[in-house]
Amino acid sequence: MASLKTSKDVQSVSGITVRLAGDSGDGMQLLGTQLTNTSALAGNDVATFPDFPAEIRAPRGTRAGVSGFQVQFASEEIFTPGDTLDALVVMNPAAMVTNLDDLRHGGILIANEDGFNEKEFKLAKVESNPLDANVLEETYRIIKVPMTKLTREAVSEFGLGTKVADRCKNFFAMGLVYWLFGRSLDPTLRFIQAKFSKKPDIAAANEAALRAGWAFGETTEAFGESYQVEAAELKPGTYRNIMGNQALAWGLIAASKVSNKDLFYGTYPITPASDILHELTKYKHFGVKTFQAEDEIAAVCSTIGAAFGGSMAVTASSGPGIALKAEGMGLGMILELPMIIINVQRGGPSTGLPTKTEQSDLLQGMYGRNGEAPLPVLAPRSPADCFDIAVEAWRLAVECMVPVMILSDGYIANGSEPCKIPTMSGINPINISHPEGTEDSAPFMPYGRNEHLARPWAIPGTPGLMHRVGGLEKEDGSGNVSYDPANHQHMTNMRAAKVAKIADRIPKQDISGPATGDVLVVSWGGTYGACHTAASRCRADGHSVSHAHLRYLNPMPSNIGELLRSFKKVIVAELNSGQLRLLLRAEYLVDCIGVNKVQGKPFTVTELVSAIEQQSDAAKGDSRLKAS
Amino acid sequence: MSTLPVLKPADFASDQDVRWCPGCGDYSILAQMKKVLPELGFPREKTVFISGIGCSSRFPYYMNTYGMHSIHGRAPAFATGLKTTRPELMVWVITGDGDALSIGGNHFIHALRRNLDINIVLFNNRIYGLTKGQYSPTSVEGQVTKSTPMGSIDHPLSPLSVALAAEATFVARSIDAHVKHLGETLKRAASHKGASLVEVYQNCNVFNDGAMAYAQERKQRADNVVELEHGKPLVFANGTKGIRLVGTHLEIVNTSEVPADDLLIHDEKDPNPSIHMMMARMSYPAMPEPIGVLRAVEGIPTYDDQINDQVATATEAKGAGDLDALFSSGDTWTVE
Repeated sequence: MASLKTSKDVQSVSGITVRLAGDSGDGMQLLGTQLTNTSALAGNDVATFPDFPAEIRAPRGTRAGVSGFQVQFASEEIFTPGDTLDALVVMNPAAMVTNLDDLRHGGILIANEDGFNEKEFKLAKVESNPLDANVLEETYRIIKVPMTKLTREAVSEFGLGTKVADRCKNFFAMGLVYWLFGRSLDPTLRFIQAKFSKKPDIAAANEAALRAGWAFGETTEAFGESYQVEAAELKPGTYRNIMGNQALAWGLIAASKVSNKDLFYGTYPITPASDILHELTKYKHFGVKTFQAEDEIAAVCSTIGAAFGGSMAVTASSGPGIALKAEGMGLGMILELPMIIINVQRGGPSTGLPTKTEQSDLLQGMYGRNGEAPLPVLAPRSPADCFDIAVEAWRLAVECMVPVMILSDGYIANGSEPCKIPTMSGINPINISHPEGTEDSAPFMPYGRNEHLARPWAIPGTPGLMHRVGGLEKEDGSGNVSYDPANHQHMTNMRAAKVAKIADRIPKQDISGPATGDVLVVSWGGTYGACHTAASRCRADGHSVSHAHLRYLNPMPSNIGELLRSFKKVIVAELNSGQLRLLLRAEYLVDCIGVNKVQGKPFTVTELVSAIEQQSDAAKGDSRLKAS
Repeated sequence: MSTLPVLKPADFASDQDVRWCPGCGDYSILAQMKKVLPELGFPREKTVFISGIGCSSRFPYYMNTYGMHSIHGRAPAFATGLKTTRPELMVWVITGDGDALSIGGNHFIHALRRNLDINIVLFNNRIYGLTKGQYSPTSVEGQVTKSTPMGSIDHPLSPLSVALAAEATFVARSIDAHVKHLGETLKRAASHKGASLVEVYQNCNVFNDGAMAYAQERKQRADNVVELEHGKPLVFANGTKGIRLVGTHLEIVNTSEVPADDLLIHDEKDPNPSIHMMMARMSYPAMPEPIGVLRAVEGIPTYDDQINDQVATATEAKGAGDLDALFSSGDTWTVE
């Protein structure tokens, strides 16, 4: 299929941030995903931010029902989906009024005119047509397009009902957006053919709508020119686009293969973790067994049962589900069995904001169990990093015979980015040995220890190694129930030391920027992109700023204290009210300044830059004070 | 094929001191289990006991097999993870009335309705023993306990009824003091392919002594218990009384006064659990209580077999998964 070429002027730009917003039934997430993939295939670097309501079909036309998808694509390396929008596509008044504030002055507003009528104004609770506001014309470039009408005309030959025909209008919008940003239609045409292979008339209608949208851009006088974003200079290699939850699922399967284990995944549906289950259950032929349990507790308990049997066992949930798993995690810890517990964090407390992102479960991950029950805690920094974190978590789990917690978040889970395609030969094998025994083996010591303080993973079915594990305190070595005070102290210390010793084997914390200076920005999890971008920008502006992003939260790398003490000011930026800050201050006795936000949204680069500049100025002021 | 070593009950005893109260009904169940397991001829190292929390749940510590003393009420969930990944193991769940029916009610139901191939032994003493004497979900109405000084107002739950409602494929009841019957019942449960529930009336001689004496004491048992046998009529009181189905009710009749054909004939294989449910609802003192196998329906696919079959079917259809191919699937692009 030859790509269509515009006959109009093309302006080359380094990057575009666009948001597509409509009713939750309007197909905005699909449109966004397609635009992202197409842009990635064009060689751009991309970063996305899908943002949708918790209700499956929130009341139509209302502000609460608005679903949005933001994507930045650029010819240079980018780490965030962008702060302000260059273009905003709105399908109805509710989408317009809830998103317009983010459109930059001079930005392009494309509105589906047909979605702006009295009924919709009422649903969106606006008094008059927001498109008629005088101030608009002065501030933005407004393109009103009767998308519903044009889509109906474009698909009329297929004889679909109005309702079905109207469902094609997101493809019309897609075609228009593709024209505006010089995107090829081919990947989406392939998608349509595959997705609707059993409904040829729907496939044909969607294709017609897509092409009609493109043709509208080409012919309308409203657009004098389109924009072109050249391919980014990525390192050589073969790339694909990947979403966080998908990368996590693939990483888990990869870890199971390099450790010669079958994967057992016990879970209970919960947003935003369920997509890991949907992904894994497709791969039974990789030896993956998924178990949709009756509740979160059964999910974690089945996982422990599978771990006891010698499988690679994983459970996942989000904050409220992790709260229910707390007792199970504690048991896994005292049984000293390897497993992975994933928390795809969302806004809390309680049910909170199910579809919005937050990092407020860090302390839950660190301490959310009864008794002294430290677990290793890792956090991926981006969608693609989920793959590596999954493999690393399993490596640590078997090396230490301990459950490992992964803290992902909604932003990473649903976001996507291009990644260099991993290869199995590039992943270090994870060697697991189960002790063997015979009927007349010497008394087996199920709680004996190796150099990592790990106990042996003897599995049922092995003759001569019959032993009992359980939640009652165990005597070191024999594993018999013990109420001895000194043994309990010893075992408590042992289990903590086992986790703490991991710090000796993980990489030292790296930083971007100089090793000493005025300001150190510390971050963890999904805020990596925004913090990295903000720190780089400030450095380019002459500030003395470095950035350290933690992937290991427990234990932390051994050089963290030294790092913190090498800067005049330490900023800890996180989407909670200061949980990592609390840990750093408590552990290293270094004052830290929090940059915190709990709005269910990621940081913008702008707000981080302003916080950094403020501390940078303060650091300079401190120096002057000292000098005088 | 090499022959298995012949094991004795003592081979199944761990080296741990048993710490139940002297006179506890648990001792009898432990003894019967140790007696039955060698008769099954199943390797010790492939036998696993998983328990929850409570007096009965200390059971795995006393067995020289693999074992896990887990979390209150959750033993069936642990068993699900273990049995689905290691279907060749024989997995027993040891639980109590509080463990299985109160805090663990959810898991109890779901393990049974999924027909996971495990054996659940529920020690029912109608009291919380380990927490020292609060009423349990099977305590009778009006029972005065530490937590119910004016008498319990909760209507008791019948484990058999719950299991039958979940359409469990094997449902049975036995009595700690009726050792021969208990041993036979455990053996039947072990040989059933699918989820088995055995409720055992177990005396707590410290907090609820004699609560089920009507069934436990040999002298009273004949009049208050119907021993079920497949294909045989329901009779008790040394054959002088029987059970007859009238409409949708069961009633007691004198066997001398009705034709033998009128008595209800026990059919444990009936896939429809309705009559089994009527039997489960027979309760003392209005009716004699049934012991033995109420229901044993064979040939229903087990959860563990099906989960493994799906893996096998997918692998047959698609070939063993190739991760490099998966990673490169869909849209990709190359940067030179």
